[in-house]
Amino acid sequence: MAWASFGIIRIRRYKKRMAALPEATSSKTPLIQTAAEQPVIDLQGLSIDFGRRQILKGLKGDLRGKAIGLLGPNGAGKTTLIHTLLGFHEPTAGTAKIFGLDIFDQAKEIKALVGYMPERDSFIAKMSAVHFVRLMGELSGLPREAALERAHEALFYVGLGEARYRKLETYSLGMKQLAKLAQAIVHGPRLIFLDEPTNGLDPPARLRMIKLIREIRDSGQAHLVLSSHLLLDVEECCDEILILREGQIAVYCNLEEERKSNRKFLMLETRGDQERFVKAVAELGCEYAISGEHRLKLVMQEGVDVKDLYRIAAQEQLQIRRLSYKRDSLEDIFLKAMENGHGGL
Amino acid sequence: MAVYEQTYRRYEGRLTPEWSRFLIIPRYAFQTVFKSKLFAVFFVICFLPLLAEAILIYLHHNVSALAIMKINVREIVPIDGSFFQTFVTVQAAFAFFVALLIGPPLVARDLRNNALPLYLCRPFSRTEYVMGKMSVLLILLSFMTWIPQLLLFALQSYLEGFTWFRQNLWIASAILICSVVWILVLSLLSQAISALLKWRVVASGAILGIFFIPLAFGQIINAIFLTRWGTLISLFSLINNVSGGLFGTYGSVAETIEYTDFSGRDVQILISQPPLWISWAVICAVCLACLALLSWKVKAYEVVR
Repeated sequence: MAWASFGIIRIRRYKKRMAALPEATSSKTPLIQTAAEQPVIDLQGLSIDFGRRQILKGLKGDLRGKAIGLLGPNGAGKTTLIHTLLGFHEPTAGTAKIFGLDIFDQAKEIKALVGYMPERDSFIAKMSAVHFVRLMGELSGLPREAALERAHEALFYVGLGEARYRKLETYSLGMKQLAKLAQAIVHGPRLIFLDEPTNGLDPPARLRMIKLIREIRDSGQAHLVLSSHLLLDVEECCDEILILREGQIAVYCNLEEERKSNRKFLMLETRGDQERFVKAVAELGCEYAISGEHRLKLVMQEGVDVKDLYRIAAQEQLQIRRLSYKRDSLEDIFLKAMENGHGGL
Repeated sequence: MAVYEQTYRRYEGRLTPEWSRFLIIPRYAFQTVFKSKLFAVFFVICFLPLLAEAILIYLHHNVSALAIMKINVREIVPIDGSFFQTFVTVQAAFAFFVALLIGPPLVARDLRNNALPLYLCRPFSRTEYVMGKMSVLLILLSFMTWIPQLLLFALQSYLEGFTWFRQNLWIASAILICSVVWILVLSLLSQAISALLKWRVVASGAILGIFFIPLAFGQIINAIFLTRWGTLISLFSLINNVSGGLFGTYGSVAETIEYTDFSGRDVQILISQPPLWISWAVICAVCLACLALLSWKVKAYEVVR
């Protein structure tokens, strides 16, 4: 009876998931699309409920970045999203695709392409690091010899070469994090999920981890999804960010483009009479702050252009020696997303 | 690539067949288990009864050896169904202790160290994980139960002749089925307990409790109510019933008690056995319950709803 009802629940869930899919996916599409047009992760109305709690609410969008930062306050659904993409949770509605493969129907194919570094302390007891990483390689499908060779390589790569024959239980927190990274890359995946990789690391260990992540990103051999609550880590490693808020996408953007797109804040270096210039600018409705003898900060209003500033400067006989846009930091983008919650997709 | 060329690179070589990957788990487990010299010695001791069995079979067919020893082994220990049943029971007892030593830490250790996400984020399913962990015990216990027993049966058949083999082929099937059922129950139960309790010592204690406490209760029930239905709550007794059924020693009447009552009449009470199919049904139910428990507990992450 219990098994029968379990089957009915699965069929219902499947129907619900199919109903949430966009129409285009139900038409005949090739199983694996070409690399150029293929998003790394394609979210198609992905929802996850845990009992009555809705954790992820119909996430939609194509994630194409080389290194995607997953941000959000605690409980926003970052880890649940990663776990769902890894096939640990069955979607309540909708689905997602990784490299064009469905996370539910083609879970095994996907798992052969991904590596995962979990947030929590995870290892297999009573094993040396090389033994552990080799086992993980073999479970990913590598033959024994290849797994052993790559286990040594991975451990040297992460900086545990000298300690690779030590038992994992004897490792410090930083070393355990590096061992987790080694097991995530031993089979050379195309996509690596890193869940809070710098958790609990001291500054030198954190820098080392960031350096490794950047190296993997720059190698062009793998895409990265980095979940972290540390904005600095994401800022240093990622080119795209996905900010989640209460299970929804608050912002998905290219970090560099988003920084550049904010052209409201200006910094000016001037020579001449600033007093008359700022008065004229204020009459246009712009806010200003004098930050030094020759420095000005301006907040532009709608309808006011940079050309207007040059015109006023010419009228007031003021030289504008330097004009630059103040770039948004990731913190600005994050805080804005927390205030607005607009979808960036 | 040499280790000094440290850079990230994808693996593009040959992959092992998916069906064979669950066997990686027992391979690694055996390496760990046989590191313990104590266990290795115990494992060797487990084969001593089999050696005795082989010697008895040999003596049966060696006339000169019998003449030297001046003992008629053929009369003292006849080689028939009961002979093999006895040794199957002895090996089953050893198998229980091996399972008690190896079984509890298998899943528990992984759960305690959050290792399951590491297994399940790879092309390796929950079913393969459970199969892998179970095969640690299944392989090891097979090597000390039905495999040597069948080899000894083959030895006896070779020495005795084809007629004996044809007439006693049922013994081979009884050895196989009885041993496989026992090691399957042991493997499933130890894995399920291990998954549920997470701590090795507690899991070992629980396995001992599950086997011995119902055995004692069953005996009490049998003694008080003059019945044999109490055997149905004890796994040892259930396997004993099944073994009896397979080796043809399970009767519908277990015991006859005769006594003289107060009025001087002779009274005879027949204590009947429960039908054999009930023992099979209870064993199947225990196995299904273990599978359900494993399906519930063996997950990458437990979801708090």
